[in-house]
Amino acid sequence: MLATLFKFKGGVKPASHKDESTQTPIAPAPLPPLLVVPLRQSAGGTPQPLVKPGQKVLKGERIGAPEENFSSAIHAPTSGTVRAIEPRMLPHPSGLSAPCVVLEADGEERWIERVPVDYAAASPDALRDLLRDAGIVGLGGAAFPSHIKLKPGAAGRIGTLIINGAECEPWISCDDMLMRERAEGIVRGAAILRHIVSADRVLVGIEDNKPQAIAALRAAAPAAGIEVVPVPTRYPAGGEKQLIRVLTGIEIPYGRLGTEFGVQCFNVGTAYSAHRAIELGEPLISRIVTLTGNVERPGNVEVPIGTPIDGLLKLVSPKADTDRFIMGGPMMGFTLPRTDLPVTKAANCILAASPALFPPQVPEMPCIRCGACTRACPAELQPHELYWFSRAKNFGKAQEYGIFDCIECGCCAYVCPSNIRLVDYYRFAKTSMRALEREKTASDAARQRFEFRNQREEREKAEKAARLAAKTAAARQAIAGAEKPAAAVPAPAQTAEESAPALPQLDEAKKALIAAAIARAQAQKEGVQPKNIDNLVPEKQAEIREIEARRAKVRELAKTPPEEPV
Amino acid sequence: MNGSPHLHQPVSVQLVMLKVLVALVPGIAAYVWFFGAAILVQIALASAAALAGEAAMLRLRGKPVGLFLADGSALVTAWLIALTFPPIAPWWLTVSATLFAIVVAKHLYGGLGQNPFNPAMVAFAVAIIAFPALMSQWPAVGFTDFAAQLGMIFKSQSPQDAVTMATPLDALRTQLHVPEARATVAGILGSHASFGNIGGKGWEWIALGYLAGGLWLLQQRIITWHVPAAFLATLALIATGFSLASPDRYAGPVFHVVTGGAMLGAFFILTDPVSGATTPRGKLIFAAGVALLVWIIRTFGAYPDGLAFGVLLMNLCVPLIDMGTQPPVFGHKDSKKERKP
Amino acid sequence: MITALLVMAGIAVVLGALLGYASIRFKVKGDPLVDKIDAILPQTQCGQCGFAGCKPYAQAIARGEAEINQCPPGGEEGIRKLADLLGKEFKPLSAEHGTEKPKQVAVIDEALCIGCTLCAQACPVDAIVGAAKQMHTVVAPLCTGCELCVPPCPVDCIAMVPVPETVETWKWKYPVVQMKVVEHA
Ligand code: SF4
Ligand code: SF4
Ligand code: SF4
Ligand code: SF4
Repeated sequence: MLATLFKFKGGVKPASHKDESTQTPIAPAPLPPLLVVPLRQSAGGTPQPLVKPGQKVLKGERIGAPEENFSSAIHAPTSGTVRAIEPRMLPHPSGLSAPCVVLEADGEERWIERVPVDYAAASPDALRDLLRDAGIVGLGGAAFPSHIKLKPGAAGRIGTLIINGAECEPWISCDDMLMRERAEGIVRGAAILRHIVSADRVLVGIEDNKPQAIAALRAAAPAAGIEVVPVPTRYPAGGEKQLIRVLTGIEIPYGRLGTEFGVQCFNVGTAYSAHRAIELGEPLISRIVTLTGNVERPGNVEVPIGTPIDGLLKLVSPKADTDRFIMGGPMMGFTLPRTDLPVTKAANCILAASPALFPPQVPEMPCIRCGACTRACPAELQPHELYWFSRAKNFGKAQEYGIFDCIECGCCAYVCPSNIRLVDYYRFAKTSMRALEREKTASDAARQRFEFRNQREEREKAEKAARLAAKTAAARQAIAGAEKPAAAVPAPAQTAEESAPALPQLDEAKKALIAAAIARAQAQKEGVQPKNIDNLVPEKQAEIREIEARRAKVRELAKTPPEEPV
Repeated sequence: MNGSPHLHQPVSVQLVMLKVLVALVPGIAAYVWFFGAAILVQIALASAAALAGEAAMLRLRGKPVGLFLADGSALVTAWLIALTFPPIAPWWLTVSATLFAIVVAKHLYGGLGQNPFNPAMVAFAVAIIAFPALMSQWPAVGFTDFAAQLGMIFKSQSPQDAVTMATPLDALRTQLHVPEARATVAGILGSHASFGNIGGKGWEWIALGYLAGGLWLLQQRIITWHVPAAFLATLALIATGFSLASPDRYAGPVFHVVTGGAMLGAFFILTDPVSGATTPRGKLIFAAGVALLVWIIRTFGAYPDGLAFGVLLMNLCVPLIDMGTQPPVFGHKDSKKERKP
Repeated sequence: MITALLVMAGIAVVLGALLGYASIRFKVKGDPLVDKIDAILPQTQCGQCGFAGCKPYAQAIARGEAEINQCPPGGEEGIRKLADLLGKEFKPLSAEHGTEKPKQVAVIDEALCIGCTLCAQACPVDAIVGAAKQMHTVVAPLCTGCELCVPPCPVDCIAMVPVPETVETWKWKYPVVQMKVVEHA
């Protein structure tokens, strides 16, 4: 048994509401006729589709290839025919779309050939690749590719492996039910992960309000030498950083991976799916989702990825006064823009909300600097200061006060007596800062390319002038030397305008020739130009005229030698 | 678009302010017991003035009147003003000081949450500068004749010497400063029956009432221990040091802690979140600073009690204190400076 | 009296020397103001401001020869930042220079392109690649959306398309303070 547990500061204790959905065992969800599988389901780039519309696929067949090593593969959740690869709306607060594979199920559930691997005999590298190709990502909600978290970091080796079964968010119980019913698989998965990083010890942290899960894992654990540690129930004990802190005392700052500190943390669901992937050869094509809240029959279901949410909701019958659905829990989840969106690997819970369960937002009052938020913040930030800076769009200051260390747990907004939507301000500030950063990178690149181009043009101009001068000199020499009709003079190869300075030296015949060439060029230009603008809508023509005028002006300006910078 | 969290604890500014008002009740009860019901009249006057001023300012500033009026912050200011003023101060003094607090010290700075100075203390400071005599007329203990008190409040009847007296603090300050009087602390405090032997008869009980309310606020997590503890400890420490060195010239720690506005200040005035420091270390510095100033002003200054000036001066330093005392963030305990996007 | 004067003079000399030394020692190379202004400009290099690119416009602003409200791609925010930097009044974008548009990129219809290279010559940031008589194409991440390549194309096969918002670039909206909505009395 571990001697001491550490504590994290802050945190809150909302009512847990987990019993509602733990009364019935995990039920398999019926196979929907049409599944929509988003290609991008983990951090690190969108996988390339490996299938074409009309193609038949088997259950578990790879349909999206991971981009380099940074993302995770995507698989067909059932056998059937690919109907389309097109942008569909994602379950995301933005309600934006991204490429998805639309799969029509044939109902036969024909598997690909499943190849179990004896992990003890395989090398860690091979196992990491297997996990990547099986699409294993964190199932706690962040969907971070697991194979990346398993790479040894600067500390050399991951000594402590933590399996996160804390599940601190109210209402959600998918991990709880998984631990109760499939402890064996979780323990086996943990053993695989442990083998990959050759960790000294494995700690399974479970909030002490889940005695059955603790008992089930303890029963399954001894064989594999895995320690089950009950941790005090306090939101957000299941936050990765908080759980690591509670179990080991190590604090992982923002932007660093646990590996750098010799510790890494995986969700119980992730461990379970690693077991399925390696020992059964089944890629990650389904997950357990809690359906709860304002519904008649709350419970947990095992859902193929890509199943539309509205179909699932029929299983539990939302009550009449349900006004919206939340994906995730009440502390960190987001309101779904629609319900015909697919279940993704990150979807741990669908929560039906009603005004009675989750009262609508009351009016915001000014911050009275009461400090309640500071006491509740598990990241030990000063939320009211961050709020002030974010609201004033003083992003530099917000960053200085550590806004990126905020884990968006919502504790501060939960306790704020002024009802300020603190986390929304932080999200606004963080996404704006990231956008500014992107814009700045882009404009810096543009500036460099512009300056490079200007230099190149200058150089080319100089070179051209030099060539021209040399040629003129040569021509003069030729004229002077031969004292012959100009017809013998080699015609300058440049365009008419550029040879203009040489004209006075040439005789009439030559002049006429050149004039004719200019006329031809002009005629050609005019002949082409109208074609360009002809079949355009009037607005576009106006726009082009405007741009033309601008260009003329620019050319004009460019001709006058630029003054020295002041 | 409203994001998470979708849950909210049942707290509101209104509830916080309400609890502060409730916590003041034991102290007020003791006040009434020793000095009669006049204080209730003052509280009513100040409350009415504060609400009227608040409503007018909210309307002028185009803010939702009902919402903000119900937050109770104006009432807290009003009650603190009433409790720091002499209970027999004329009605116009209380009312105009309260209006000044609400209109100038609170709303001209931006209203709830924006005022850099504690409004109640601004009112006190203005009143004592403008009307020092009226602000030093305190009823003698046992003068609970309500009709006579009303006469003083509303008809500005000048009080008889029998019913008013200098507070112990006042007495100490005025008499110790006269060298030829050769007064000693013990001598002065023993000179009048009602000075009692702790902080002035009656005052210690009122202080006890405030202490009880303050402890309840602590238990309710409305305030933290930092401010009261640092304030009272610093005050006691300085007083102990000096009274040990020269017991005749400097009053002892117990006297300082229970007399004047010390206890009210420790739990109710310094803990005003808006104008106080917010970081734990900042709160300690802020409260210790006020305690130091209070002791200096009480002992050497020209005004009877130093609470108002101490608080206002330290209010000025709050932005600096907060900036300098930012606690390290989770994961950045040893290297504070390496935060990147 | 004399000593006092001497002391004063001495101090003045020492301070002067110090200042002089500091100005040499800490001299900033180049023109920081132009660079600071240039850093605010969006680097679209579109010429809508009436100058041949952002840098020339920055120089003109620094010389006081141009107003701060002539850059449509920078929009209101850009003008605000310039006003802040230069301590000037904010003014709305001057209409004669154009209007603020969402960011766009050029897309070449590769089936129509005749490979004349005119667009590549017009592009201020070399974002168009291709050789003579070969199909040309826009390297979208490099394109600043300046539109300068659109008019030269003889076969009109360049279109400007708005850059779509993706889940990765999406920004959380500024929270709406609900305080004033719930007026009741
Ligand atoms: S809890 Fe709310 S009112 Fe209190 S300090 Fe934090 S943001 Fe301000
Ligand atoms: S949301 Fe951020 S600031 Fe608020 S309590 Fe959580 S970590 Fe702290
Ligand atoms: S208008 Fe175009 S060229 Fe001028 S500063 Fe703005 S982006 Fe640069
Ligand atoms: S200007 Fe038009 S035709 Fe010529 S290379 Fe560019 S896209 Fe092709």
